[in-house]
Amino acid sequence: MQWESWSAFWDMGGAGFYVWGSYGVTFAVIGLELVLVLQRRKETVKRLLRWRRAVGKDGSGRAGARMES
Amino acid sequence: MLSTFLAVLRRDLLLAWRGRADVMVTLAFFVIVVCLFPFGVGAEPNQLRAIAPGVLWVAALLACLLSLHRLFAQDYADGTLEQLLLSSEPAVLWVLAKILAFWLTTGLPVVAVAPGLALVLDLEQGALPVLAVSLALGTPILALLGAVGAALTLGVRGGGMLLALLILPLFVPVLIFGAGAVEAEASGTGALAHLLLLGGGLAGALALAPMACAAALRISTD
Amino acid sequence: MASGPKDETIRMNSSTRGPSLLRFAAPQNFYPLAGRLAPWFAAIAVVLTLAGLWLAFFVAPTDATQGNVYRVIFIHVPAAWMSMFIYLVMAFWSAVGLVMNTRLSFVMSQALAPTGAMFCFVALWTGALWGRPTWGAYWVWDARLTSQLLLLFLYFGFIALTRAIEDPRRADRAGAIIALVGAVNVPVIYFSVKWWNTLHQGASVSLTKAPSMAATMFAGMLVLAFASWAYTLAVTLWRVRPMILERERHTEWVGAVLDREGGRT
Repeated sequence: MQWESWSAFWDMGGAGFYVWGSYGVTFAVIGLELVLVLQRRKETVKRLLRWRRAVGKDGSGRAGARMES
Repeated sequence: MLSTFLAVLRRDLLLAWRGRADVMVTLAFFVIVVCLFPFGVGAEPNQLRAIAPGVLWVAALLACLLSLHRLFAQDYADGTLEQLLLSSEPAVLWVLAKILAFWLTTGLPVVAVAPGLALVLDLEQGALPVLAVSLALGTPILALLGAVGAALTLGVRGGGMLLALLILPLFVPVLIFGAGAVEAEASGTGALAHLLLLGGGLAGALALAPMACAAALRISTD
Repeated sequence: MASGPKDETIRMNSSTRGPSLLRFAAPQNFYPLAGRLAPWFAAIAVVLTLAGLWLAFFVAPTDATQGNVYRVIFIHVPAAWMSMFIYLVMAFWSAVGLVMNTRLSFVMSQALAPTGAMFCFVALWTGALWGRPTWGAYWVWDARLTSQLLLLFLYFGFIALTRAIEDPRRADRAGAIIALVGAVNVPVIYFSVKWWNTLHQGASVSLTKAPSMAATMFAGMLVLAFASWAYTLAVTLWRVRPMILERERHTEWVGAVLDREGGRT
């Protein structure tokens, strides 16, 4: 084991800011990307369902229904 | 085949001559950008001399970038481009003719004016021929690479900024070797290696860029 | 394509079960496959990341010359590798798309781009934070950092171009061209930046690691590199799925998928 205590671990021999700044931002960016991908999926499904209703492809026979914005 | 090349070249040069005000604007832009630098960094001769190669090259690069939209926009708007693409002539040929005409009307004036302008920045006089040669070798590469970007962004909203974003990273090697040649000559280490690399770059761009540009034009007019 | 298989179930049925892997080039086969594979890759990424972090922080020793700052390398190097590799893969899919005229290849290259740009940014960010204590400056015009920056611009250009063009067919092809032009230029850019860098500031500044890199350090880096591979696969497959739905929205199988999804949300 490299570290005598947790505080030594967080301190990283004085380089805590640089090390945790790197790791923190990296995982924050990855998390952000995952959220955006998930959101895009939800948004696409919602938009396409609306589009299908508008063009009357959902089987309910409402062809010519107005396109919702 | 050669007749197509010459016909397109002559047509584009004639059009450029009719709209020569545009050509003058490009040249004026180049001169003004260079003249802005002393106001920004101070008129200290040693400092100006040190930054002169970079300033001249960046200004030439921006002048080329800002005039690139002229390359295909007119022909795209009036349908000439589509006709050319439909013709049986190989697209690479007339694309090359158009790029050559573009370079003759925007690159060549910059090459001609740059040595005189370099004196404003107190660039060493021995480096002036190298400046002209490096620009003469480098600006055609800019035109060739830029033509691909211009073809891809034809008729796209926000095309101007998009074009800049697309091709400025690709201009970096040209800038490095072009400005590097002048700097190397001014500092007495000789510019031959830089110029040879620029020449190699020009050969590579001549071989590849017209093909990519023709493909891009097909995609954009589809 | 408009008339999909009669059986509207999105599971692979007998009519689509071809003899080769090529059947996955068809969007209606690839879509469920992507959905099934992505969680596995995500799980692999999580496990490898945890293992890599354990190696990076609890096994790898403190570096004799750099102290603990060097631990940034464990993400910096895999991110830099990944950003370059993803660009090559994008160029590959672009070439496949242009040659074989497969729409899915273009979608793949567009789904990869944001992740590539993300890794590029991570490499730059961690490079800056590593550089401050090591070189004394957040940014140094080092050949590798500079090439990385230009690579980020290439990613931005690709993403901006494919998003700016409305017509998907044109956007696909235009993006493919610029990806290929960029890929041809990447070595030129790297070489020129390196040349420029050596002329302007001697070899005193270079990213070379400590000469005696312990095996555990290398192992940590490798494990995290594999983790980023798995992550890229997972997130790209997740990103591809809605893109496929969007493009195939006129087909019946997408209708079936949407009806199921609509019931769920």
